[in-house]
Amino acid sequence: MTSNGFVQLAVYLGVLLACVKPLGFYMARVYSGSGTFLDRFIGPLERLLYRLCGIEKSAEMTWRQYSVAILTFSLLSFLAVYVLQRTQVWLPLNPESLPAVSPDSSFNTAVSFTTNTNWQGYGGETTMSYLTQMLALTVQNFVSAAAGMAVLVTLIRGFTRHSTETIGNFWVDLVRGTLYILLPISLLFAVALVSQGVVQTFNSYHEVAFLEPTVDAEGQAVTRQSIAVGPAASQIAIKQLGTNGGGFFNVNSAHPLENPTPLSNFLQLLAILLIPAALCYTFGEMVSDRRQGWAVLAAMLVIFVPLLVATTITEQSGNPILTRLGVDQSASDSQPGGNMEGKESRFGIVNSSLWAVATTAASNGSVNSMHDSFTPLSGLVPMWLMQLGEVIFGGVGSGLYGLLMFAIVAVFLSGLMVGRTPEYLGKKIGAFEMKMAALAILFPCAMVLVGTAVAVVSASGRATIFNPGPHGFSEVLYAFSSAGNNNGSAFAGLGANTPFYNGLLGLAMLVGRFWVMLPVLAIAGSLAAKKTVPAGPGTLPTHTPLFVVLLVAVVIVVGALSFFPALALGPIVEHLLLANQE
Amino acid sequence: MTKTSTRLFDRKILGDAIRASFWKLDPRVQLRNPVMFAVYLGSILTTILWLNSLSGSTGESSTFVLGVAMWLWFTVLFANFAEAIAEGHGKAQAASLKKSRTTVIARKIANKADRITEEVSATDLKIGDIVIVKAGETIPADGEVIEGVASVDESAITGESAPVVRESGGDRSSVTGGTRVISDWLIIQVRTLPGQSFLDRMIAMVEGAKRQKTPNEIALAILLAALTLIFLLVVATLLPFSIFSVEVSGQGRAISLTVLVALFVCLAPTTIGALLSAIGIAGMNRLSQANVIAMSGRAVEAAGDVDVLLLDKTGTITLGNRQATRFIPASGTTEKELAEAAHLASLADETAEGRSIAVLAKKQFGLRGRELEHIQPHFVPFSARTRMSGVTLDGHSIRKGAAEAVETHVRSLGGFLPEDVRVAVQEIAKSGGTPLVVSRDDKVLGVIELKDIVKGGIKERFAELRQMGIKTVMITGDNPLTAAAIAAEAGVDDFLAEATPEAKLSLIRDYQKGGRLVAMTGDGTNDAPALAQADVAVAMNSGTQAAKEAGNMVDLDSNPTKLIEIVNIGKQLLMTRGSLTTFSIANDVAKYFAILPAAFAATYPALKALDLMRLSSPSSAILSAVIFNALIIIALVPLALKGVAYRPVGAAQLLRNNLLIYGVGGLIVPFMGIKAIDVMLTLMRIA
Repeated sequence: MTSNGFVQLAVYLGVLLACVKPLGFYMARVYSGSGTFLDRFIGPLERLLYRLCGIEKSAEMTWRQYSVAILTFSLLSFLAVYVLQRTQVWLPLNPESLPAVSPDSSFNTAVSFTTNTNWQGYGGETTMSYLTQMLALTVQNFVSAAAGMAVLVTLIRGFTRHSTETIGNFWVDLVRGTLYILLPISLLFAVALVSQGVVQTFNSYHEVAFLEPTVDAEGQAVTRQSIAVGPAASQIAIKQLGTNGGGFFNVNSAHPLENPTPLSNFLQLLAILLIPAALCYTFGEMVSDRRQGWAVLAAMLVIFVPLLVATTITEQSGNPILTRLGVDQSASDSQPGGNMEGKESRFGIVNSSLWAVATTAASNGSVNSMHDSFTPLSGLVPMWLMQLGEVIFGGVGSGLYGLLMFAIVAVFLSGLMVGRTPEYLGKKIGAFEMKMAALAILFPCAMVLVGTAVAVVSASGRATIFNPGPHGFSEVLYAFSSAGNNNGSAFAGLGANTPFYNGLLGLAMLVGRFWVMLPVLAIAGSLAAKKTVPAGPGTLPTHTPLFVVLLVAVVIVVGALSFFPALALGPIVEHLLLANQE
Repeated sequence: MTKTSTRLFDRKILGDAIRASFWKLDPRVQLRNPVMFAVYLGSILTTILWLNSLSGSTGESSTFVLGVAMWLWFTVLFANFAEAIAEGHGKAQAASLKKSRTTVIARKIANKADRITEEVSATDLKIGDIVIVKAGETIPADGEVIEGVASVDESAITGESAPVVRESGGDRSSVTGGTRVISDWLIIQVRTLPGQSFLDRMIAMVEGAKRQKTPNEIALAILLAALTLIFLLVVATLLPFSIFSVEVSGQGRAISLTVLVALFVCLAPTTIGALLSAIGIAGMNRLSQANVIAMSGRAVEAAGDVDVLLLDKTGTITLGNRQATRFIPASGTTEKELAEAAHLASLADETAEGRSIAVLAKKQFGLRGRELEHIQPHFVPFSARTRMSGVTLDGHSIRKGAAEAVETHVRSLGGFLPEDVRVAVQEIAKSGGTPLVVSRDDKVLGVIELKDIVKGGIKERFAELRQMGIKTVMITGDNPLTAAAIAAEAGVDDFLAEATPEAKLSLIRDYQKGGRLVAMTGDGTNDAPALAQADVAVAMNSGTQAAKEAGNMVDLDSNPTKLIEIVNIGKQLLMTRGSLTTFSIANDVAKYFAILPAAFAATYPALKALDLMRLSSPSSAILSAVIFNALIIIALVPLALKGVAYRPVGAAQLLRNNLLIYGVGGLIVPFMGIKAIDVMLTLMRIA
């Protein structure tokens, strides 16, 4: 890895961490209902929305009511996205006259966007009308992210409140998260992206002549190209900020009109981890102990940074087969060096590796390079980051509440090891919390393993595995890791737009979203009802490096023990075969 | 029950435990522990696989399958053994208790005055029945003395051979069935039904028959069940994965069921699963070895969590009684004069305080009880009205008592309380002592200082508690000034002065409202409400029946500082569970590195690179992992029974130590263990 590469990673992390405190503080004020500097502008709009929808702002919900609200909202969202796709052919803003999307693909996409996964079995510019992109997909990008943050906030309230049944109002949390956090920041990012050349238009696609005409597979001359455009910038800003990741165009952020320059690349990279990182601070601020927030952020970084550096180094050192053939893969003034297959030359090794690790650490899933073309070991990293349960940054809200589930397990173990009934942030962790935390960890894990197993033994699953050997296995494993943990990125190389994969991956996404969300809400409710225990000298502090190490160990051990056999048969053996190949 | 603890591996207990290990193979028994039940099913499955492999058609070596099956059975048996040996220790204690529960003939009477007795069997007694017990007889049931004073031999329960006094009224009125009256007689009203007596409950507790899972145990069981499920899924999905891998690589064969079962058993948290109930039982046993009987396992765990400890001053923090420590004469009186007067005034005073004055006078001035008959002393006993006691002899009246009382007394005779005496009185009160003013006729001679003597070593124990994170609160009937001084001397964190039963109760409620867990000891009937309210309530065995009913533990030695030991045992119990869980999970890493390369040796020979231990062959690798998994259970039985050592250091320090030992140790030990077993198997040419 070059020193320039290190500088780029350091600058990225530096800027990201610098944003954590101000944004985290702002979000804490939004969710605790205290005033912000945007009240003057957004306040009237917020009140108008409440009046229109008949929302009583001060009406509090129990965790069951909150769950019903969120499930109802998600179901309606799902139906809206499904219907819009199925009927887009008759609706306006469809300059390319794209037909209705197939039922199985519509199902998959509707699930994918309402669960904040943004797995895409389709190609945006050849499938979705502008109206569907804006009204179905972009709207879900906002509200599915806001719903994730809302659930995190209820969990935080569970820790801070005591002896109460209620954990907040879903509609208020949803509206405030969208209006005060996601909309304003998206607006800033969208404008910045447009300045870099990201398109934002209702015009139809452009027909241009090739400068160098070419021939297609059948030997026919190809002289003209259709350049897809559309209202992209507005969607791309929220796709990154809300850890959605669904590209406007099929090749996602590798597309020149979706991510044209190194600066747009940097901004989008920043947007990927911005809110998940800042929410750690929000957490600390809201539980009135900022050190707790820094501790969970530290735990994320302890896993993130080494994996980032390892991936970049592996990619920069190139393909071992080419090395043995004597091909020069070192970085120099004339070439970026390393494994450039599947990467955009305007991003190079470092920004492609950084993106791959960031997008899978967060449950974003947008890509600016093809993960399928990474060397086996650096392909393993994104896969494993997803398998950890999307808790290293993870989705907005969902990442942190996922990590807090692991924290509950870590607290339980450490409590036992110091001879005290475990407590976290003053709340005793009992059998109910353990049961729910275990469910939240168990279900996505089970979905990934079972889904992959079903796919590799069933005929319809195997029919579209295009790559031979362990790499084909990695592709299926990656797909289910991505769907089961609501990431949404794809390894490619797997034909996933089939009824089989659309259905099974759709199911995986539903389980991965709601079978984590509901246990978290249940824990929030149960914690809110408990008394708060004041910390004493016998209480294990949960803001210390020691606890961070334990939390990291629990996350890694659970992730490693669950997926080691699968990874061994995929990327690990692939790497060994590659290294041993003569 | 004797105080000497039974040896960890007594030969009799060992033999019984080995037999019980086989009895426990009953599926109904196995079903109680989900982790071990999964292993049990695995053993049955591999046994069937072995029978199947005998035909030679499966292509798997039948000796290998037999080896795996045998060691899986051993794993189950070892787990049974661990539980059985813990139960054995409990049963041994229960057996010695049962000896005292022989059939007793009770002599029932209609009422206290009745002298006509009716002989009935103790088992036929009902609550409220009145019985008379004479010297040499056994008390038939738990009850309350309503008349009489007698010395009772309670060694059957306490192991203490010195007899204790039981009398009607007050705090020494409760008697326990199975104990023996040595002298005199008692009339007792029965307070419990036969079969539910204190002794019966004790036996049930130590036998483990009434043992219910505690909340913490349930939470841990959920975690273990979740882990077991994850590993079940990992192993179950490995079969399709391997079928697919065999096809794409075009070599080897799909992973066999035997290997899958072996992998599952190795990964499942069998170490902690096997030892979990043994740890719980052993915790109760340790408690009964400390001569404390817990009414529930929950109480023992709660003890580990206690934040606040309420301790009675008298008898716990200080020696039972105040003692004279100093004579402070008034100006114009010598110290010896004062001592002589004080000595005379105390001669007939049989209270401990009075005796201590005589002792001090003897020590300082060599004064002895003189021949008093010829001067015909007239002793004035203490009365609540005068609040003084003393003696009148040779026409002089010598009095000692509280400053105000004596002042009133001398004023009535025309005297006064000198200023220097007043100052001395105030100083003594301020320093936590009790001043007694001595007068002769109308003249005040000086002050005797009585002080509470703080028990030796108690300050260090409180410091220890502070390090454990436990706050100590002293409860006393003294005034705040005195209480503060003693609190400071003893090193307690806080005190409750002028305590009434109501004040105690509301103090406990306040702490609990703040989310704290409160422990207290008590013996008197007036302690009962507070005992019932406290989370951990240790009643003294010498205390009243009401106190014992209200508490959730009874200390047979009636030693109030026993609470500290109870807290230790509670913490040890949790720590042993936590440490072994961590160890169990950490072990899995090495087992993966042993089994996975072996399982896929034919399909992906390249995976040999993961075989960090360089094991001799695939079958030896798998067998070694299974054997290690079984042997580690046996190796950890002593730790499970004795418990992980607890030292009163901060929580973070404790976690760091245990993580290093059981976490990092758990990572490393199996690598060495599996390698060693592999080497042995190779040497013995078994695999």
